[in-house]
Amino acid sequence: MSGAAAGAWPAKLAELVDGLGVLDRGDRIQMLIDIADRFREVPESVARRPFSDDHKVPACESEAYLWAEKLADGTLKFHFAVENPQGISAKAMAVILDDTLSGEAPRSVAAVDGDVVYKIFGDELSMGKSMGLMGMVSMVQTSARKLLEAGR
Amino acid sequence: MSDITARGYARPEVLVSTAWVADHLDDPGVRLIESNEDPLVYPSGHIQGAVEVDWTRDLNDQVRRDYLGREGFEALARRCGITRDTTVVFYGDKNNWWACYAYWVFQLFGHDAAKVMDGGRLKWEKEGRPLTREVPSYPATDYRAPERDDSVHRAFRDQVLAHLDTPGKLIDVRSPEEYSGQRLHMPDYPNEGALRGGHIPGAANVPWARAIDPEDGTFKDAAGLRAIYEDEKGLRPGDDVVAYCRIGERSSHTWFVLRHLLGYDKVRNYDGSWTEWGNLVGVPIEK
Repeated sequence: MSGAAAGAWPAKLAELVDGLGVLDRGDRIQMLIDIADRFREVPESVARRPFSDDHKVPACESEAYLWAEKLADGTLKFHFAVENPQGISAKAMAVILDDTLSGEAPRSVAAVDGDVVYKIFGDELSMGKSMGLMGMVSMVQTSARKLLEAGR
Repeated sequence: MSDITARGYARPEVLVSTAWVADHLDDPGVRLIESNEDPLVYPSGHIQGAVEVDWTRDLNDQVRRDYLGREGFEALARRCGITRDTTVVFYGDKNNWWACYAYWVFQLFGHDAAKVMDGGRLKWEKEGRPLTREVPSYPATDYRAPERDDSVHRAFRDQVLAHLDTPGKLIDVRSPEEYSGQRLHMPDYPNEGALRGGHIPGAANVPWARAIDPEDGTFKDAAGLRAIYEDEKGLRPGDDVVAYCRIGERSSHTWFVLRHLLGYDKVRNYDGSWTEWGNLVGVPIEK
């Protein structure tokens, strides 16, 4: 397990982080690009342009948007849009958050912290870039917290 | 945007168009350097023949907060297959923000044969021009660099303090929220930048990207730039100007605009910027 915090993370996320952790920089970058290639924008049934600022990820210069769709089983399905065509990292992050956190228990999702950004992308991210990616994590986390609070 | 030579720049030769680059892809005297904020952008596709220069790994000293020394720069240039005569053309994401930063560092070592591709990746991609994932390899050169000269293009904190007592001008190129001190960091996140918010007294606020046409990432023409920096903010070409931001990256873009496109001879980049000034004990701050 990569780091103490990862112990509380949903299994799929912890597994992905562990997998990335053993790769060298070049292989990790290639894997993240492959992940970004799988990015699919939010379906029109969920949101259409112009997207509301309420869904805009704070501090993300790639202009990422998030929608958290509540599913019948009480979990969330995460959808994203990334308006910057060069926002490759934001797209990779969106795919990872959807793949590993959609359908997971809200309590586990709320436990994921911004540290996951460095575990996925490595320590050499610029502060601006890491802030944007952390903003995506933070917004996912906030959605889960809101769901938990609404259920109390 | 009109042809570069028709835009009234002081030094139009520092810019090349995407078409020029497309015509020089196989020119052995030209080396393309891509510099991005996002480390996934270059490996996901770049212009044929371009090498990557990453600001964290390649341009910075890996221990001290400083740039490469002479030997490090020589090693970088040799790895990129650059000689002192090679025309280096920088381009990248984010409206050439990081490209201008790399360009600025190259100027500290006097590599004068340097240009920026107007519009950067955004324009290249919007024009549907090809990208490749093939990473080129060039024979190492015997590039010899002079010692880094910080005196012309770079400002240090003591010089900025002294600058406050002279008729020098300061341009803060951060966002209005950062300039006003309203924002230091994201909500719910630790403040990684500075202990104090605000700006250096007397600094005018011109967010760096105002110099750009957001549609295609090209620089505004000279008249458009003068309207911002001169008519609106009162700068004059003879002024002694220091530009700063948070760590000196955004302000290298403004440095490029003032020095080359508007022809200001005395403009320096304070790369210590707000992450230094906002943490210094006892320096004046304005909100």
